[in-house]
Amino acid sequence: MAEANEILLQAKGLTKVFSTGRKGQVVHAVSQVDLTIYRGETLALVGESGCGKSTLGRTLIRMLPATAGQVLFCGQDITAMNDKQFRPLRRRLQMVFQDPYASLDPRMKVRDIIAEPLDTYRVCPSRDETTRRVLELMQAVGIPAEFLNRYPHQFSGGQRQRIGIARAIALQPDLIVCDEPVSALDVSVQSQVLNLLKDLQQQFGLTYLFIGHDLSVINFIADRVCVMFLGTVCEISPKEELYARPLHPYTSFLLDAIPKADPHQRDRHRQVLAGEVPSPLDLPSGCCFRTRCPYATDRCAAERPALRPVGDRLVACHRAEELQLGG
Amino acid sequence: MENEQNVLEIRGLRSYFFTEKGTVPAVDGIDLDIPRGKIVGLVGESGCGKSMTAKSIMGLLRAPGRIAGGSVLFEGRDLARLSDRELRRICGRDISMVFQEPMTSLNPVLKVGRQVRETLLVHDRSLNKQEARRQVIEMFAKVGIPEPERRYDCYPHELSGGLRQRVMIAMAMVCRPKLLIADEPTTALDVTIEAQILRLMRQLRDETGMSVLIITHNLGVVAELCDLVYVMYAGRIVEQAETFDLFDHTAHPYTRGLLASIPRIGANPDRLHTIPGVVPNLLHLPKGCAFCNRCELADEACRTASPELVEVGPRHKARCLRCQKGGNA
Amino acid sequence: MADPQTLNETLQSQIGEQDGAREKLLRLCRQNKLAVVSAVVILLILLMAVFAPLIAPYGEAEQDALNRLQPPSAEHWFGTDELGRDVFSRVLYGSRLSLAIGILPSIVSLAIGILAGLLAGYFGGWLDYIIMRIADVMLSIPSLLLAMVVMYTLGSSTVNLFVALSMVGWASVARVVRSQTLSIKESEYVEAARSIGVSRWTIMRRHILPNCIPSLIVLFTLNVPSAILSESSLSFLGIGAQPPAASWGLIVNQAKQFLFTQPWLCLAPCVAIMIVVLAFNFLGDGLRDVLDPYRKNQ
Repeated sequence: MAEANEILLQAKGLTKVFSTGRKGQVVHAVSQVDLTIYRGETLALVGESGCGKSTLGRTLIRMLPATAGQVLFCGQDITAMNDKQFRPLRRRLQMVFQDPYASLDPRMKVRDIIAEPLDTYRVCPSRDETTRRVLELMQAVGIPAEFLNRYPHQFSGGQRQRIGIARAIALQPDLIVCDEPVSALDVSVQSQVLNLLKDLQQQFGLTYLFIGHDLSVINFIADRVCVMFLGTVCEISPKEELYARPLHPYTSFLLDAIPKADPHQRDRHRQVLAGEVPSPLDLPSGCCFRTRCPYATDRCAAERPALRPVGDRLVACHRAEELQLGG
Repeated sequence: MENEQNVLEIRGLRSYFFTEKGTVPAVDGIDLDIPRGKIVGLVGESGCGKSMTAKSIMGLLRAPGRIAGGSVLFEGRDLARLSDRELRRICGRDISMVFQEPMTSLNPVLKVGRQVRETLLVHDRSLNKQEARRQVIEMFAKVGIPEPERRYDCYPHELSGGLRQRVMIAMAMVCRPKLLIADEPTTALDVTIEAQILRLMRQLRDETGMSVLIITHNLGVVAELCDLVYVMYAGRIVEQAETFDLFDHTAHPYTRGLLASIPRIGANPDRLHTIPGVVPNLLHLPKGCAFCNRCELADEACRTASPELVEVGPRHKARCLRCQKGGNA
Repeated sequence: MADPQTLNETLQSQIGEQDGAREKLLRLCRQNKLAVVSAVVILLILLMAVFAPLIAPYGEAEQDALNRLQPPSAEHWFGTDELGRDVFSRVLYGSRLSLAIGILPSIVSLAIGILAGLLAGYFGGWLDYIIMRIADVMLSIPSLLLAMVVMYTLGSSTVNLFVALSMVGWASVARVVRSQTLSIKESEYVEAARSIGVSRWTIMRRHILPNCIPSLIVLFTLNVPSAILSESSLSFLGIGAQPPAASWGLIVNQAKQFLFTQPWLCLAPCVAIMIVVLAFNFLGDGLRDVLDPYRKNQ
């Protein structure tokens, strides 16, 4: 899907720091991230809770201000703009949220929820025209037209997520950041929503940044995968290559940890990652994964590995070439 | 007890919620056996009644919900008929429970070691505090908490999610229960931590010979861990089998739909299989089979007659008219 | 272990839907009869106040010098006062002022409180600090005392009474709105609105304020009786409404000298105050039970 190779959004040295309230203490939620998103592709951001993937997703579309670094959207640096300059670009960068129960205002009707982006930019000349457009969007995401005047509490989780998706595509954005859009849903509903996202991408030529923690979901939806650990990028690879031969040790642990829905594989050899994630307040020197990494050497403690190309892939590990990691 | 091999036998359990909108049959007549030393999985989607089953066993249903019928036999005693006091004596010592949210199940103002010690002291009055402390630290080490001596004096907020869940498991295990009920024990955890916890639960079973009832929506967890599986849908068991049998010879269309819906690494389909529609409202269940309005195989008979749970193979039952007529649907 | 709240949520997901506003009101009607009766009583009293000139057998200040200080009778249900005025008619007319002073300043303080609370909660920072410190000062002074100070400064008149009572109530409203704003501001649907590019004022108006309304309704129904009581107290002390206007507090004030000889003069307005205050309180409690279950548990 990424044949065109037109760069839609590019992050350079993007860093996001939160202060914790205690004097001088800061959390590096995202540090020095370089990332490129091509038009028409799905880039997945994967990692465990607290790895900064949601923060990165929000910083990329300026929902959070960046502490340092640049984000170029269609060549324009959106981190350097003021609010007024950025406003026309806002509508081209939209978002789908994780919690289908919390992301819809309980006091608004479905029509008004989906119409909100249309009203905000006065896309349609009249109220009737807006309603007509809302009905089109509802049809596109598979919500029956007769539910137009219902409230969110009258819908199931999966239907609410469809409404959230309709709201995100209403302005025909260039990029949609999907923040764990299916993790709150049941398996059978999850597959419906994933199919819908894929269909809409083909229909409207959308680009997704798909944030998730479930590598089997990401395997279905993504074209390229970016693995994150503690605010840094470990590896960015095309999907097939990542699953077949992970370059970063952390990726291979993640892949191994997924419970397989096949009891015949339960006695397979599994590496189980020991220990706990280091505190983001007190990062280890060098590579931040080295305290849990069985392959760590002195160099890993001394020098932070940069994200560097290996073939057509990018990896941040000193020993990427020598390690033979299984998928 | 019909069978000495079972530590728990549930017969015809019905747990209803009596609301203003009507009676909600959250658990509607289920039979479930937990053999000694086995790990049993109870799977289903949200709202299927799997958590309510666990709460019914532990006597944790609150108004407007209550057990409306059936029995829960544990070592020859019917838990559903015990007084609250008698039930408390068994639950916590012989049967204990691990909840999904390790944060909300621990008291935030008490040190974790002390909380686990209290559990121990409540059920074994003969212990003195030093001895109890020693046993707690031993249990902390056993569930893989690093530096157990130091963690004993930590408050819950000082521990990571994975460690908190280990503390919860230690608390559940400390009285050496005969049955451990785990309600979505890994759902709130990251995959690498989930793998650790699953491995721990199996290892504890192997060492102590206890039985485990795992309640989960994740078929991956079932495949990794369970010996036997019960699949629940709309308050009823729709299929039960040994794990390998369930995955190899899936009988019920619902179970097959669930298995097919899971995205799998390796396979790269353009579209995922879906089960159409949504889980039915328990207040307005369809006539006949509860799954008929979502089932690709449903015919007129399915919409009129409610199927029974019938044998479809050795120790393998399914609730489907197609299976009743012979063989797999 | 398993708290009732989670159980209830599980249950709601089992039934598949949560209650909308209409179901909540229906539930109130079924469960809390006292609140429904209170609502009917309030409605009746409001109607009586509006149609006082039609209902009252005598005029507001109509004197009958021959029948002074009469005990209750068929002609004068609640008797007559020292100027021979019919107490029943006085109480009816008095309800207009008393209710107006209960309701209008509550509306004004609601408006001020909403604005202050929204600004403080949404923008935070120094604006939040300044607004909330002023509110703290307001809340630390007993409201009656504050109203008395205002009345002494501005002089006793009915209009100034409105002003004084309006200034008293806003701080508690601001507090509630601010705390609700703080939590709603963090919700995903507000983030969703921001991601669309909805302006801050629109977010406050469209998303935050409507979600505060349940608490505000409760707060309003509980503010009204306290304003009515303040009015009565101030008028009783002689610094509230001024004669010849009739308000319940003023009637009590004028009747207090006959408390031991003609007690019915006091009794009628006092009972009226009590009924209205109780009715509003019962209604407020009932509404809180259905609209605002979390606050009730606290």
